[in-house]
Amino acid sequence: MKVQLVKLAHARSGDKGDTANVGLIALREDIYPILVREVTSQRVKSHFKGICKGDVERFELPNLGALNFLLHESLGGGGTLSLMTDAQGKTFSTALLRMEIEITPEEATSLAVS
Amino acid sequence: MKEPIRVAAGQGFWGDLPDAPVHQVEDGPIDYLMLDYLAEVTMSIMQKQKARDPNAGYAKDFVPLIRRILPTCVERNIRITANAGGVNVKGCADAVRDVARDLGFAGKVKIGIVTGDDIMSRLDEFLAKGIELKNMDTGAPLASVRDRIQSANVYLGAWPMVEALKQNAQIVITGRATDTGLTLAPLIYEFGWSATAWDKLAAGTIAGHIIECGAQASGGNCQYDWQNIPDMANVGFPIAEASADGTFVITKHQGSGGRVNLPSVKEQLVYEMGDPHEYITPDCVADFTTIQLEDAGENRVRVFGVKGQPATDSFKVSISYSAGFKAVGTLVYAWPDAVAKAQKADSILRERLDRLGLKFDQILTEFVGANATHGSLAGPQLLDAPEVQLRVGVRSSDRSSVERFTKEIAPLILTGPPAVTGFAGGRPKVEEIVAYWPALIPKELITPVVEVLET
Repeated sequence: MKVQLVKLAHARSGDKGDTANVGLIALREDIYPILVREVTSQRVKSHFKGICKGDVERFELPNLGALNFLLHESLGGGGTLSLMTDAQGKTFSTALLRMEIEITPEEATSLAVS
Repeated sequence: MKEPIRVAAGQGFWGDLPDAPVHQVEDGPIDYLMLDYLAEVTMSIMQKQKARDPNAGYAKDFVPLIRRILPTCVERNIRITANAGGVNVKGCADAVRDVARDLGFAGKVKIGIVTGDDIMSRLDEFLAKGIELKNMDTGAPLASVRDRIQSANVYLGAWPMVEALKQNAQIVITGRATDTGLTLAPLIYEFGWSATAWDKLAAGTIAGHIIECGAQASGGNCQYDWQNIPDMANVGFPIAEASADGTFVITKHQGSGGRVNLPSVKEQLVYEMGDPHEYITPDCVADFTTIQLEDAGENRVRVFGVKGQPATDSFKVSISYSAGFKAVGTLVYAWPDAVAKAQKADSILRERLDRLGLKFDQILTEFVGANATHGSLAGPQLLDAPEVQLRVGVRSSDRSSVERFTKEIAPLILTGPPAVTGFAGGRPKVEEIVAYWPALIPKELITPVVEVLET
């Protein structure tokens, strides 16, 4: 079944030049392996279609139950060059939380999500 | 040796809550107050101010702040680290010295200053030596923007500040120093950490990273359970309570609002993160994948297990250069068909700009209320939206094109779609773009200078 990331994780995002970073943090320890399995760089890249024009890199932080994504070429040039309302990528966090991922019925039961 | 040492964050950026540092000093025990004033392009703003007035070029707010907090800091022996000096560290220190004398602390307070970060006058010397100062993001050589450079500063680390503390400075003022160094320096000084104690230096760096954005670690901008974070009007800024072994607790003053818990600290840890294995500062390379967190009671998070690697042989350089002009115009369209009206207005505007033959590097249209933050991820645009803001931005190397654009917004009110308002502020302002150019330079070419002034 499909579940939206907002029910499984919280997030914070920021910028480094024209690259947005999104840190995705599992709400509970047992959710982290599901994020690792489902929220791949390729899926994040296609989720941000039309917004992220470069590559997406992913780093794992099992110690924090978190994944860090770097979305290159996403901020209209970045910094002061950008004309975007969100030139610093501050709202990319919740944009990622819109993503839907696939979990098994057993996972849905054990996580008590619907 | 005193333990723990409490380092309190007072500002997350230049313009943060003005009373936050006052509360940090007065509302509970701290040993150090760290104040981060410098964002990436702040130096260029200060450079411009100094060009107009040789006494300017630093964070002016710092001086009246010192007037408010210095008596308590002296009484409680609280020391201050601040990168408030901008491009005029000496000018900032002189102003602070005047305040100290004024308050009757002549001869009682020493002011440390750290300079040597400003390499503006040495750029041609470096370029001639074959140091290209390539843009770390794009790989372009600095020569391509040489004639447009407005400021150039090396990010200095903790060690020059440590030297100033050793010479009994109560207030340490720097120019372009790293925000993490402002927290790390007091810990190196107090605990006598060596220059190769990489794990401890990494731990102090991570403590700095957690508190350097102010309340972003103590409930501000926190997504986790944001509705229930208590008393945000009275939010307490974070404090790192550090031990000599390199462990520390993130907390805040009792009685203050906000919340320090595992989610609030985790969110700040991932903020502006690159490769978590390599968080590079002038002082060490910290590995964020080694950080262990533990709930240590109400509003207390313990941090331990941090590992670090040797520092690199380069300093990062923050260069700013003039990169053209921009302006942003907005109008608000009301129900019915608010989005469709705003779209129509945008196409009329673009046709007019086109007919005028204006040159823009970019024109960006956003519909605030429909797609400005999440773009197409926001789904089908609300057909029944009560209102939407049309927001059009342009960028060009040609100032006159941008100026002409600013005259084309208001006319849309009488010459475009109906039910339009929200034009109270006059024409949009033309802004000069000062862009950021990150580069690396070999450490051996840079000599930090530490001076301690008597008052």
